[in-house]
Amino acid sequence: MASHAATAHAPASAHAADHHHEENFFTKYLFSQDHKMIGKQFLITGTFMAFVGMMLSIFFRLQLGWPGEKFAILNFFLGDKWAPEGVLDPNMYLALVTIHGTIMVFFLLTAGLSGTFANLLIPLQIGARDMASGFMNMLSYWLFFLSSAIMIGSLFVETGPAAAGWTIYPPLSALEEAMPGSGIGMTLWLVSMTLFVASSLIGGLNYIVTIINLRTKGMTMTRLPLTVWALFVTAILGVLSFPVLFAGVLLLVFDRSFGTSFYLSDINIGGMALEQTGGSPLLYQHLFWFLGHPEVYIILLPALGITSEVIAVNSRKPIFGYRAMVASILAIGFLSFIVWGHHMFVTGMNPFVGAVFTFTTLLIAIPSAVKAFNFISTLFKGNIQFTPAMMFCVGMVSTFISGGLTGIILADNALDINIHDTYFVVAHFHIVMGLSAVLAMFGGVYHWFPKMFGRMMNKKLGYIHFWLTFASGYGVFFPMHFTGLAGMPRRYYQYTDFPMLAEFTDLAQLISAFAILGAIAQFLFAFNFFYSIFRGQKAEQNPWKSNTLEWTTPVEHIHGNWPGPLPTVHRWAYDYSKPGKDVDFVPQTVPLEEGETDEGH
Amino acid sequence: MMLTLLILFVGVLGVLAVVQLIRVFELARKIRGHRDDQVTNRENRFQSRMMMVFLFGYFAFFAWCFWVTKDKLLPESASEHGVGLDWLLNFNFLIITIAFVLTHIALFYFAYRYSGHRGHKAVYMSHDNRLELVWTIIPAAFMAVIIIYGLNAWNDITADAPEDAHQIELYSFQFAWRARYPGQDGILGDANYNLVSSTNDMGVMTPKFLDEKIVELEGDIALETAKLKPEGYPEIDPSSTMGKQYTKEINRLERHKKRIQKLQQLEYQDAGDDIMIADTFHIPVNKPVHFVFRSRDVIHSAYMPHFRAQMNTVPGTPTEFHFKPIVTTEEMREKTGDEEFNYYLYCNKICGSSHYNMKMIIIVEDEASYAEWLAEQTTYNGEPAGELATGFHHLKSTPENEEDKQEATEDEVAQMN
Ligand code: HEM
Ligand SMILES: [Cu+2]
Ligand SMILES: [Cu+2]
Repeated sequence: MASHAATAHAPASAHAADHHHEENFFTKYLFSQDHKMIGKQFLITGTFMAFVGMMLSIFFRLQLGWPGEKFAILNFFLGDKWAPEGVLDPNMYLALVTIHGTIMVFFLLTAGLSGTFANLLIPLQIGARDMASGFMNMLSYWLFFLSSAIMIGSLFVETGPAAAGWTIYPPLSALEEAMPGSGIGMTLWLVSMTLFVASSLIGGLNYIVTIINLRTKGMTMTRLPLTVWALFVTAILGVLSFPVLFAGVLLLVFDRSFGTSFYLSDINIGGMALEQTGGSPLLYQHLFWFLGHPEVYIILLPALGITSEVIAVNSRKPIFGYRAMVASILAIGFLSFIVWGHHMFVTGMNPFVGAVFTFTTLLIAIPSAVKAFNFISTLFKGNIQFTPAMMFCVGMVSTFISGGLTGIILADNALDINIHDTYFVVAHFHIVMGLSAVLAMFGGVYHWFPKMFGRMMNKKLGYIHFWLTFASGYGVFFPMHFTGLAGMPRRYYQYTDFPMLAEFTDLAQLISAFAILGAIAQFLFAFNFFYSIFRGQKAEQNPWKSNTLEWTTPVEHIHGNWPGPLPTVHRWAYDYSKPGKDVDFVPQTVPLEEGETDEGH
Repeated sequence: MMLTLLILFVGVLGVLAVVQLIRVFELARKIRGHRDDQVTNRENRFQSRMMMVFLFGYFAFFAWCFWVTKDKLLPESASEHGVGLDWLLNFNFLIITIAFVLTHIALFYFAYRYSGHRGHKAVYMSHDNRLELVWTIIPAAFMAVIIIYGLNAWNDITADAPEDAHQIELYSFQFAWRARYPGQDGILGDANYNLVSSTNDMGVMTPKFLDEKIVELEGDIALETAKLKPEGYPEIDPSSTMGKQYTKEINRLERHKKRIQKLQQLEYQDAGDDIMIADTFHIPVNKPVHFVFRSRDVIHSAYMPHFRAQMNTVPGTPTEFHFKPIVTTEEMREKTGDEEFNYYLYCNKICGSSHYNMKMIIIVEDEASYAEWLAEQTTYNGEPAGELATGFHHLKSTPENEEDKQEATEDEVAQMN
């Protein structure tokens, strides 16, 4: 693998010689070390996980919309134990919510999103032949695969999968007596997440090293496309925060299996006084959210990066305020490490500490706002091409704003007292993180599909997919602001036991209906995706008339990406519609004309 | 069998039909020269119009959500600090709603206005430092305002409870709540998780409960020991698997007993005069209430949305929250026009299968009715709490000791000078 990295800079002839070895099915499709193939593996595995996560959410939305009703489909999938006669069991409800959250946050929007686009785009956009270490890259995927398999496997154990919420707070997650899901299901969850952390660290280190070391000639940091900047900072956040989650998880494993008491104190459960005592459950929350908050930006930053790229290309304009965009990515990255306490305002934390966390959290709103303004002004006076990718990315700007603004309410610790853990929070994070990242990921898939598969996705189906997804996304999550403000707690199996909440049945049904509509739309996407892989229109080399380097590679994938020598970069990535040019784009490989400036990049 | 065949047949036919349809569809696209890598002027125009339609649809949906939920949201705050919080919430909502509307209009209007067409060229604009500075400073200024107001409210709410606050303990366990009032001595007695039993939900410490626990544990130990010597069978070898299991349990029980004996040696605040309440608890209006929270097993959260109050209950770490209720249950029934209205205590931290149904009713009433209600309760010692109606006398700030206090502080001030 060291030799591989070395060849990345070697002349093409030497490189070609390096690749005379035969490729068989296993080395090409399964144990591939080619970043493009690994990117596709992440995409397909992530998409599969997303469909599982989506089905789980439909199951629990059925219960929430029609509490206590019998659904044959629930009985069919969950069996007599968890859905007797088709009525969902409360423990299973919590399990579904937990695994849904885990899959969406980690498996789709962390590994699926970063794994796909970091692998595909980093080498291609910086002009490298591959990742710094192809082997580690492959390892990262297979650890992710194993981790996914274990998570899915945990759905089938006798006592049910983990059910303590995706944040698995102890003591609930630590004690088998507390809920059935905290038995073997939780053990599998912990094992799966441990592998996940390993995968994420190996992948992340590789991305960082590649970006720092393997940029081609002329590709200075300030000429990097914003996608690469975003993926770079994302990888750094991951490398710094995932080990802390690992530490938290490890201590939990000790408490569960080896009788330690890091998180346990003064507990009497199942009729017994627990002998493990002297710890603090809040320690876990600190460790978890020290990862957890950076984690939400690990999800969001790549989405913002993809959006920057897609919006610039399709507005046929430079991204507005490139330097400010980079600065906000860095500011968000830094600040995301000092805000975690905003998830713990009502744990009884010291009020002064709570005040500090409110302050730092509200600071994040500033770079976030700058990004939103810059996206909007990129559209201004553009020549906007509404490709499906563009539609998704415009939608993403909307969800990013809608959801980011409610973050300002939540960040206010005094206000959070009454809305913490209500549906208002559910609305906030699904819109700002869930919808935004999902929309951007779709945008990225539509945009780079020709690069991945050499064919185009169907445009019309893309439009229908967009509008159904976008509208039903808001249809599901927007009303939740209001039920949250009415004091509806999250993670309730049914809310009809409180007169105040029972009034919202109609709205809950509407939400469930939107959820089902949104789910159906995703099957449209799946069809389009697989259909287009085989029968889509053949792609041209640069279908979107884009400046970045990935479009200078041949449509047919080859090892090493460029048949000849590596391209040399002469300008930044955003010379769209530059005055004095015949065409409205100037690829990064085109030298500056005499007297032409590239804005100091 | 026939049926299965039939279904299979229909299935195959269906697939064939879809395949044919796709073929036709593909051909038609080819003939029309449809291309997936280019967007026609017509498509651009159509999608950009859809963006505008969406904008109005989104705003309308917002308004509709607002409209259908406006009578179902929380009624006016029933606590003093909550009134300020509601104001603050509305103020913040005003700011973010304005930002929301303006940015969305800009976003979707630009998308509509600048939709592309062939032969047109966009205007090259890479940055504008002045503009970008402006839109960094504007949000920063708003954040500053929000932070200042927010932290003011936070500091007020989280300040120490007033001295004259009634102390009430709320205790959570899977899956119910208990409330505890201090008795005659005005102090909540001590509690310990080792003491929880079927007769002692909250594990409070009284000589009686301590003794009972010892008896209970000794009984359990005897039972386990008996298992080692089953009647009519040979004795179980303590080093066999089963024997080990029994011995382990006996040792655990012995250790538990030791812990109780240790507790007995301690000096503790006797909880015998305290009053434990299940299901419905009362609090007096216009008097600050100082809640202290404990949890038996996992983390729960005491959520009282009508009072804009919430605090997690954490095993091993006592927490607290205080507020002053200002609207009685009766008054709130009138205000909401709902005769059955009640204040509720919810559990708002995922805690297991019945998390969704872990509640208590809270009755807010005038002080006299409150005293009367409390007088009807029974203490842990089994005595009627009758006297307790006045048991709180020393907590109530009667005019006399109010004066005392003032004098005292004046003295102190004088001394300091
Ligand atoms: C303006 C920026 C933002 C602010 C001020 C903000 C603030 C907050 C606060 C204070 C909470 C805690 C609420 C509570 O539990 O009571 C929260 C929850 C959350 N936020 Fe944000 N947020 C912002 C942006 C984001 C972004 C960009 C993401 C993701 C990409 C995100 C994802 C989440 C998630 C996942 C949770 C809930 C976690 C859980 O309890 O399960 N937030 N946010
Ligand atoms: Cu956070
Ligand atoms: Cu609970």
